[in-house]
Amino acid sequence: MNQTAIKYAREIEALFAKYPEEHRQSAVMPLLHLVHQDNSFISKHAINDIAEIVGISTTEVASVVGFYTLYHDHPEGKYRFQICTDLSCALQGADEFLRALCAALEIDPGGTTKDGLITVEEVMCLAACDKGPLFQVQGKDGISYHERQTVESAMQTVQELREQEKHE
Amino acid sequence: MSKYLLLRHLEVPDLHNIKVYVKHGGFAGLKKAVTRLQPAQVIEEVKASGLRGRGGAGFPTGLKWSFLPNNLWPHYVVANADESEPGTFKDRELLERNPFQFLEGLAIASFAVKAHDAYVYLRGEFWQQAVFLDNCIVEMQKAGYLGDKLFGTPYSLRIHTHLGAGAYICGEETALLESIEGKIGQPRLRPPFPAVEGLYSKPTVINNVETLANLPFIIENGASKFCEYGTVKSPGVKIFSLSGRVNKPGNYELPLGATFRELIFGLGGGIPNGHKIKAIMQAGASSSIILADDKALDTPMDYESVAALGAQLGSASVIVIDDSVSLDWLINKTVHFFKHESCGKCTPCREGTYWMSHLTEKVLQKDRSAEDVQLLNTVARQMQNKCLCALGEFSIMAVMTAIERFPEDFTVTNGR
Ligand SMILES: Cc1cc2nc3c(=O)[nH]c(=O)nc-3n(C[C@H](O)[C@H](O)[C@H](O)COP(=O)(O)O)c2cc1C
Ligand code: SF4
Ligand code: FES
Repeated sequence: MNQTAIKYAREIEALFAKYPEEHRQSAVMPLLHLVHQDNSFISKHAINDIAEIVGISTTEVASVVGFYTLYHDHPEGKYRFQICTDLSCALQGADEFLRALCAALEIDPGGTTKDGLITVEEVMCLAACDKGPLFQVQGKDGISYHERQTVESAMQTVQELREQEKHE
Repeated sequence: MSKYLLLRHLEVPDLHNIKVYVKHGGFAGLKKAVTRLQPAQVIEEVKASGLRGRGGAGFPTGLKWSFLPNNLWPHYVVANADESEPGTFKDRELLERNPFQFLEGLAIASFAVKAHDAYVYLRGEFWQQAVFLDNCIVEMQKAGYLGDKLFGTPYSLRIHTHLGAGAYICGEETALLESIEGKIGQPRLRPPFPAVEGLYSKPTVINNVETLANLPFIIENGASKFCEYGTVKSPGVKIFSLSGRVNKPGNYELPLGATFRELIFGLGGGIPNGHKIKAIMQAGASSSIILADDKALDTPMDYESVAALGAQLGSASVIVIDDSVSLDWLINKTVHFFKHESCGKCTPCREGTYWMSHLTEKVLQKDRSAEDVQLLNTVARQMQNKCLCALGEFSIMAVMTAIERFPEDFTVTNGR
């Protein structure tokens, strides 16, 4: 049974309407985004399902997952804090910000907090270079930007997510 | 004359609201094109305007459109909203705050090449911008600016968004097409060029968001009006993304040919904390680094004048470097970026960026030797003109120019 096909039946129909009929492979990335958004990673199972839905091999879908940095093939934190440490942000103290935030969360860059809620990753330029230090949060609400950050403001976001988690 | 051609939202509040956009002359260019001009006339007007691509390569836009063969159908237009060059954040502002001008431009381009489907490829991080753009597209449909029988003519057009997922290389136009087709984003061999074999192997035009946002003005007011801005060879205006060690970073719209000094010290408010300017990277991480002396600061920012400085205007993402920054640190950052973003398809780039990053790390150490620096320079030079796409070439620009133009940052005894 293709769980993914059942769960996203409506979305799949809309996606297939977006691309020419003989090019359903184009729906691969949007489908991966849907699955990632709901599960915060993409399982082998989902990869099989998606391959079947668009009619390509599992290997092809897996290679797409491996190629793009916003797709993850194993579970980590529910929310990923992706901090830009690229050139312009580094000139505004992004490396120090990364270290300080990780210290406050008691993890190393790339690590996940004990409660499993937050993973901190270093990423390349996010097209907000005038507003560093900054990070984006990738989670179940898609991706949102948090600009002109301090450790305090970032920890406040962490706190809000922890509160939200308690109520779910 | 209005102060802005592109960043008009700075003058008109709520320009991202379709009613406000229409009230301020929105869609007049599209209406004129579709109801009063032939597609070929639109192409001629854009050719006459001298508009050049704002995505980095600076290729004449009208000329690019004229390459599409008229015996292969359908044609597609793809808007490049991948915006991933470090230091570049102009397209994002247009998408968020002046989205209809961009979409109108995309519609005009589509009409000009007789395309009935257009795609907007957004970098995956622009998730919210994509949701927002989808809403804008629906509003345009409702108001009759997209869909079937536009303005009562037989012309129909649909615009779709497609999200990437984090890969700088997908800004390269053929990698971008692969990505829309649901594949990994590796560049294609050329020829064939996308104008002949593009999306789904059909003739395709790919243009940057900012390039497209110029079109409503050009069609509504005519090429000659557009040419009143900028220089003879580089007409029009440009959005400069200003970042780094500068007091007022941000996007600034200026006519092409304004000087670096006007941008950095005028609008940008100069260098913070009493430091002096040292270097300029005007094409993001892909820059040949410019030594910021008086001659450079007084250079007009247009395609030709910047080339005369031994650099390229590129996407006009101006990163300011002050005298507290050492360029050995800086190129370690840029090389790290390119190593991460190399798609791995060709050996010179895959291996070259790997070795360069190993060497820039080594050069950063206290006990570096002159040989380390020399080897780094050699590896960079060996990559030159051997890479399959421009990413490989971009990756060596900063390295070679830093070592050549700022030798004092690479000596063995500079206090290390
Ligand atoms: C590695 C690489 C990354 C690029 N990234 C972008 C980008 O993010 N946005 C863009 O518009 N063009 C980018 N380009 C340039 C495109 O390949 C292409 O020239 C451009 O989209 C054409 O549009 P234009 O003529 O309107 O500038 C990139 C090129 C390379 C080689
Ligand atoms: S130059 Fe680099 S990015 Fe371009 S095709 Fe080769 S490996 Fe890929
Ligand atoms: S360098 Fe960090 S957002 Fe561009």
